[in-house]
Amino acid sequence: MKPEVGLVPTPSQTAGPFFAIELTTDEHCVRCLSGAQAKGERVWITFRVLDGDGVPVNDAMLEIWQADTHGKYNHPDDQQPKELDPGWIGFGRLASGADGTCVLETIKPGSVGNNTMQAPHLAVAVFARGMLKQLYTRVYFSGDAANDADPILRLVPPDRRHTLLARPEPESAGHWLFDVRLQGDQETVFFDV
Amino acid sequence: MSPATTRVPIRPYARPPKDSQPPSLYEPYRATMKRAPLLPLVLLPHTLSEVTGPVFGHEKIRENDNDLTSQHAGEPLGERIIVSGRVLDSNGRPIPSALLEIWQANSAGRYRHVNDQHPAPLDPNFSGAGRTMTDEQGNYRFVTIKPGAYPWFNHYNAWRPAHIHFSIFGTAFISRLVTQMYFPGDPLFAYDPIFQSIPDERARQRMISKFDLETTQPQWAKGFKFDIVLRGPEATPFET
Repeated sequence: MKPEVGLVPTPSQTAGPFFAIELTTDEHCVRCLSGAQAKGERVWITFRVLDGDGVPVNDAMLEIWQADTHGKYNHPDDQQPKELDPGWIGFGRLASGADGTCVLETIKPGSVGNNTMQAPHLAVAVFARGMLKQLYTRVYFSGDAANDADPILRLVPPDRRHTLLARPEPESAGHWLFDVRLQGDQETVFFDV
Repeated sequence: MSPATTRVPIRPYARPPKDSQPPSLYEPYRATMKRAPLLPLVLLPHTLSEVTGPVFGHEKIRENDNDLTSQHAGEPLGERIIVSGRVLDSNGRPIPSALLEIWQANSAGRYRHVNDQHPAPLDPNFSGAGRTMTDEQGNYRFVTIKPGAYPWFNHYNAWRPAHIHFSIFGTAFISRLVTQMYFPGDPLFAYDPIFQSIPDERARQRMISKFDLETTQPQWAKGFKFDIVLRGPEATPFET
């Protein structure tokens, strides 16, 4: 069967200010990826979304995609010879609140890959009013020994890498902070995917 | 290249033609001014993290989720319509089990959202939200009412053309798409910076649904066709 080749993807349009009536209802948000059965190190990541003036963005949606504690994705194309943690899904969806923050409860993912190891990370897509298309970034964990060899971090100018590192919350084990600065001085690194 | 014990093949995804997608910064749409990155994006070679993505099951869908006219005791006001189409990837392959979510204003142009201050009536019989999944051939179908146009504050006398918001998950996290479906012949297209943000004229036209007599149901509802194309893998598998 010959497929119709070379179709141009449908253009993206902003999610606008009212997506919450479907996408981020209580029923459709996924704030916790680590159900009682999930294996691994439990972490809580507080995301804070800020605009070019440093003003909290109170109407953003974040989507998260990550591997399980072994670094395995729940997806048929993940052919790494690893066993998937039973019940692991790996998808999260959060809406930022009035202060621009939201908290994800999850498991710190394992390293991904075999040939080229990627350090533990979460893929993040950011949607909001005023964003005509989603932005992609990654959350790495500050201080992780695997970060130095991570092939993606190495593509990032050294003076900007810190924007991809979640910081441990002082005196609060397992709690991390990650700022998504859409624009400005300390602008988060976003990826051209 | 270090020797590998196991090689995991990665099929990178094709990148869409640049002008077929909006820029992040588009001055006529004022809200982009403080929300668009100004530093260069870092080109990301695709890894497993990009070419995988959430796989949803039908447990996410309830009966009536795809019929926005039957979610309340009575029928919503407005023009009943049937919106259907196919979800394909850029290789022309249908995407089965794709999760589609929609949200929209009611027939008076008002969203059921606390921040929508447009002085038009809410409809007690219309929530304006729905979801469904594609079948094995990539087909989907919604029953709803035609949303009204509504004013916004982007510029003097700004009005959004009637539209339905669509959110679609394809096969990978990077094929994720949030877009808006428009209706043919809307006189507001020329004045709408969100619609106009797509540089390529032909790509822009692909956001406009087509009236379709075949899916129109006699004495009941007009049919509109809206096919959606998501990014798909490049033809040749790579190894990384």
